[in-house]
Amino acid sequence: MSTVATTPAPSPSALSPTAHGGPAAVSIEGVSKTFRLPHQQYSTLKERALHPFRSTDYDELNAVKDVSVEIATGEFFGIVGRNGSGKSTLLKCIAGIYGVDAGRISIAGRLSPFIELGVGFNMDLTARDNVIINAIMLGLSRRQARARFDEVIAFAELEEFIDLKLKNYSSGMLVRLAFATSIEVDAEILLIDEVLAVGDAAFQQKCFEQFYRLKREGRTIVFVSHDMYSVERFCDRAMLMERGKMVQIGEPRAIGRAYHKLNFGQLPHEAPPEDRSASGTTIADAWFESAGGDRITSASQEDTLNMCFEVRFGEDLDDPVFAATLRTELGHTIVVARSDQHGGASGSFRAGETAIARFSLPSWLTPSRYTLTPSLAREGTGADALALVEDMTSVVVHGTTSGGILELPIEARIERA
Amino acid sequence: MSAMPDVGLPAPLRAPGSHRVHGPSALGSDLHRFWSLTFTLARTEFKLRFYGSVLGYVWTLMKPLLLFSVLWVFFTKVGHVNDGKKPGEKYYGAQLLGSIVLFTFFIEGTTNAVRSVVDRENLVRKIHFPRLVIPLSVVLLAMFNLGLNLIVVAIFAISAGVRPMLSWLELPLIVGALIVFAAGMAMLLSALFVHFRDIQPIWEVVAQILFYASPVIISIQTVIAKVSPTLLHVYMLNPLAVIFQQFRHAMITNATPSAGEVLGSWSALFGALAIVVAIFVVGFLVFNRAAARIAENL
Repeated sequence: MSTVATTPAPSPSALSPTAHGGPAAVSIEGVSKTFRLPHQQYSTLKERALHPFRSTDYDELNAVKDVSVEIATGEFFGIVGRNGSGKSTLLKCIAGIYGVDAGRISIAGRLSPFIELGVGFNMDLTARDNVIINAIMLGLSRRQARARFDEVIAFAELEEFIDLKLKNYSSGMLVRLAFATSIEVDAEILLIDEVLAVGDAAFQQKCFEQFYRLKREGRTIVFVSHDMYSVERFCDRAMLMERGKMVQIGEPRAIGRAYHKLNFGQLPHEAPPEDRSASGTTIADAWFESAGGDRITSASQEDTLNMCFEVRFGEDLDDPVFAATLRTELGHTIVVARSDQHGGASGSFRAGETAIARFSLPSWLTPSRYTLTPSLAREGTGADALALVEDMTSVVVHGTTSGGILELPIEARIERA
Repeated sequence: MSAMPDVGLPAPLRAPGSHRVHGPSALGSDLHRFWSLTFTLARTEFKLRFYGSVLGYVWTLMKPLLLFSVLWVFFTKVGHVNDGKKPGEKYYGAQLLGSIVLFTFFIEGTTNAVRSVVDRENLVRKIHFPRLVIPLSVVLLAMFNLGLNLIVVAIFAISAGVRPMLSWLELPLIVGALIVFAAGMAMLLSALFVHFRDIQPIWEVVAQILFYASPVIISIQTVIAKVSPTLLHVYMLNPLAVIFQQFRHAMITNATPSAGEVLGSWSALFGALAIVVAIFVVGFLVFNRAAARIAENL
């Protein structure tokens, strides 16, 4: 697909293979992990006594098979794969929760696992006690935990509630407290296992901002997910796992495509575009453009974006309506741009001609991925589409959010009454 | 930071400060962190136990005291079994209370340890830390209570007429042996329980047997008078019997024989001592072996 060819690197480090960049923060060499799954779990002595020999009967599940990878210091590294591909097992091996059966794992620095937030939080204790306990569990000494307590509470914005028992906390406050504790442990290496699945969008955004801050400070982040959107948006490099093996390692977008291929047996946008036109009118291509005219797949929030697509006409048409629908990842329509409403009459086209439609968008988008659905319809209501390709291309917008779905150019004025 | 949980020897040819990740183990490589975690877990449980109750610690004390009151009233006032007439039954009340407090510690430490690792599943599955912390924190918590209860025993004994003796210096050794025994059982039981859920009811029965197979209610003189010398040797194989008797001798009154005097020689106590050491070593080895895979086998 043409948008891929002109993909700019989301960050410079994506282009330089980090294996020979800085010193390795995490070095995984030929690691394998096998689980023993007994056919029947003998949980009582009687069963064990009755079947003394059958107990050796078990299946072996090779959760991780001979995986080798070097993750450089300061890298934001993604591990993706389907359920049961071994990605979480690998992460737990790095965290030292599981021992490996073969190979070795080395890490440089202290490690903070975000396998789950707030592990060991006790609802009957106050926030103060829980933060100290959690920090000690995560590797701090009691003195260090006490010293960082104020920062944790400040980050979580829970100063007024430090002596409140956790069971009186709202779930949002809990998540904030847990996240703040984990982040203030101040580890050089962070292991993140889909913890961001909890919490609302604004919280997730805040988490990622924190991860970015940590990355800028030179921390290494290993991020396990099956949400390709997050991986493509944040990671410098990613690795795809399937059935315990490393399938591919490289630039996140390439890994994302390989992941979709694994999932659906084909690339999402390489399927022949759905052709709604009996007359042969097709949408040949769709892409996002920067203000300067370059095709892009990611943009920063301040940039003006153009939604573009190319139509190949299969019949003569007078004033057809070109429309571009911009949707969020969840499928909510943000904008429908129509040539008849935003431009005027489009003119007459003959069969065999091609036309390119461009719709410029002001920079009002919040950070997210947006998809473009181009369509062409006869003059009139625009309801009767001649050609339409759902979610033909997409763009990722980076930046910060104020929490809403649009960043409108709002001017705030406060005056003393 | 110097406390690095999962460090092995620094490997050469690697980035400075790089270290190998080892899987979970019983002890870990950082004893300071080990102690810090054990203490934190025990302290948390201690706090939680008294959360919401007005009298707090008093309730922990109530259990042994209530048992003591019932037994004391029954055996001295109603049954007239131990009425203080025989020389070994001097200060019977203090002897009884002492044994009950020690027994309460042993039972609390071990029965609570049985389920401890399984009940802390969320920690074990999600955080890398030395696994042995869990059963040992249970024993440590029981030690907090033991320390407080022993003060009560001392007050009770002194008010009953017991005067400080030189043999009180033996007490740390006696209590220490009990703690080692309890810790050994705690490690063994908690590791076995991961695979064999029968351990819990079995241990409850064994605990009950141990209560009657130790000098708690009946004094050692009664045992000596009633059983054959062979059976007496078997009786004194029980480490709790030896520890309780020696405690009564050293702490309360020299009128009751020391554990060595019961059997005629100190060397006869070798069996009980060997059992304590064996339980501790086996408990540690079993737990250590299980530690690496506890997270997977839960």
